[in-house]
Amino acid sequence: MHPLFASARRLGLYILVWQLPTALTSYLLFVAARITPWEALALCAPLCFPYAIVCLTPWYISRVIPLRRGSALKVIVQHLLASAVAAFFWTRLAYFLARLLNGWHRGFFDRVSPHLPFFFGVGMLLYLLAVALHYTYLEIVAARESARLEHEARVLARDAELRALKAQINPHFLFNCLNSISALTSIDPAQARDMCIRLSGFLRNTLRLGEKTTIPFSDEIDLVRTYFDVEQVRFGSRLRVEQNIEPACGRCGVPPLLLQPLVENAVKHGVASLAGGGFIRIRAWLINDLLRVVVENEFDPENPEPRRGGLGLANVRNRIRTRHGNRGHMNVTVAGTLHRVELLLPCETVPEAHAAH
Amino acid sequence: MLPTDNIRAILVDDEDLARALLREYLASTAGIEIIAECSDGFSAVKTIGELQPDLVFLDVQMPKLSGFEVLELIGREIAVIFVTAHDSYAMKAFDAHAVDYLLKPFSKERFDLALDRARLRIRSATGAAPTPDPAALSAAARAPREFAQRIVVKDGAKVTIIPVDKLDYVEAQDDYIALHSQKRSYLKQQTISSLENILDPERFVRIHRSCIVNLERVAKIEPYTKDSRLAMLNDGTQLPVSRSGYARLTDLLESR
Repeated sequence: MHPLFASARRLGLYILVWQLPTALTSYLLFVAARITPWEALALCAPLCFPYAIVCLTPWYISRVIPLRRGSALKVIVQHLLASAVAAFFWTRLAYFLARLLNGWHRGFFDRVSPHLPFFFGVGMLLYLLAVALHYTYLEIVAARESARLEHEARVLARDAELRALKAQINPHFLFNCLNSISALTSIDPAQARDMCIRLSGFLRNTLRLGEKTTIPFSDEIDLVRTYFDVEQVRFGSRLRVEQNIEPACGRCGVPPLLLQPLVENAVKHGVASLAGGGFIRIRAWLINDLLRVVVENEFDPENPEPRRGGLGLANVRNRIRTRHGNRGHMNVTVAGTLHRVELLLPCETVPEAHAAH
Repeated sequence: MLPTDNIRAILVDDEDLARALLREYLASTAGIEIIAECSDGFSAVKTIGELQPDLVFLDVQMPKLSGFEVLELIGREIAVIFVTAHDSYAMKAFDAHAVDYLLKPFSKERFDLALDRARLRIRSATGAAPTPDPAALSAAARAPREFAQRIVVKDGAKVTIIPVDKLDYVEAQDDYIALHSQKRSYLKQQTISSLENILDPERFVRIHRSCIVNLERVAKIEPYTKDSRLAMLNDGTQLPVSRSGYARLTDLLESR
């Protein structure tokens, strides 16, 4: 079904547009054949109306031979042939009508017939113009469709990514924690219980915050704190955490678990790689409407390169890009034994929720 | 080292609590004494070299050297029980070769089972039971398409880490390989084929039965005899290139 038939308005518009070639051919015939304007119109109007319908046929042909596939030559030849056939029959119809009108006005046919071959040229041009318009229309539709698909794919990808992030509680972290608890049960039962409580707190917060799309930065920082509480039991004095968070940052909305991969990397590739341990420093402050977060950690440059560390960072970078486009940045720098990740995010304020406990 | 004596064990883990747990489990086990504890890979290799224990409890992820690298550098007569939270690919490889592996957290029963296996291994070791080549074992533990970033070499008590970018070429010398890096050479007990397996084939080519070269070091290749050629390195070193080695080299250069 041709899209023009989908609505009466479109069809009306199309017929209206066809008044232009009707008027034009009438005028040319009127000038060339020295007939009255009414005579010219009497020939051209019934001639143009069926041709308007013929000019819709490229819709079917252009869909069978799309522009992108198939050779350009084939496309051109096919449409030239089609236009010649259409124009030929149109010209025959013009002769036929002129003869009919001859019975109404004597001598009409003789005056008009020398000029009728020009209908062949005009017919081809009109037909080819219709072909061009159809292809343009198809391209616009295709472009819209691909934009829609792309958008859909982006949304799907973001959903999938979020789900993956929520499931991203590192199993090795869990097993190591449970091993610590196992060791503590006989050495220091009270601390074993404390570790269970800290670990539960961290897990609960991760699950709770992971479900949301935006959380206050203060919640994210609380989550990071509960994480360090747990790791402190595992690493003891090897893990030294310094935090310097400007209170005003707390109300900025951030995607949940954005910092979590960064601090996990800092522990895994930093503190855990150093026999004597090391520090992790987290700072956050506001510059006008921008939230600036810096996570720094010491690491051992001699250690084998992290195998998965790059993935966590790439994830954070992607999330910032999908959310903030060019207004958010992530910068990773390594200087000597210092690994530094800097985030710059537009701060959109959200109501600060109750503290996570 | 007599089987009737106590088994002398070393604990290697960077987490205090993890070592504390091993200590506690071992305290109620007769016939095993802990002679040392280490919290990183370097000190583990050094201590194991000095004390020559019968058994080592070895963590995988540690500062300085990983458990795999430690395994590569210690003698193959030492029984190793891996103790780790990682159950990934490495475990399958060790299932057949290492004495046992314990997945954290583990029960006392599971721990005792591992000890029984270790006792068996240690007793039969006096009868020279075949033990796998540690380097080959370590290579098997690597996931496919994941290549070595560095190579560890032990010279006496000293451990040297050679990043693969700094590795110029490797020559086979009997049971050893000589690794040449920055005008120095290091001997390591490993076959050249097992080293070839862990090196990135896009960067390192086996140009001869006894020679692997870092592609970036090759300056030019000259004809030598009818069937062989010579590779000239940037520093002037000349290495033999066999016919099949030349084919591999040209394949790689063309595919670049």
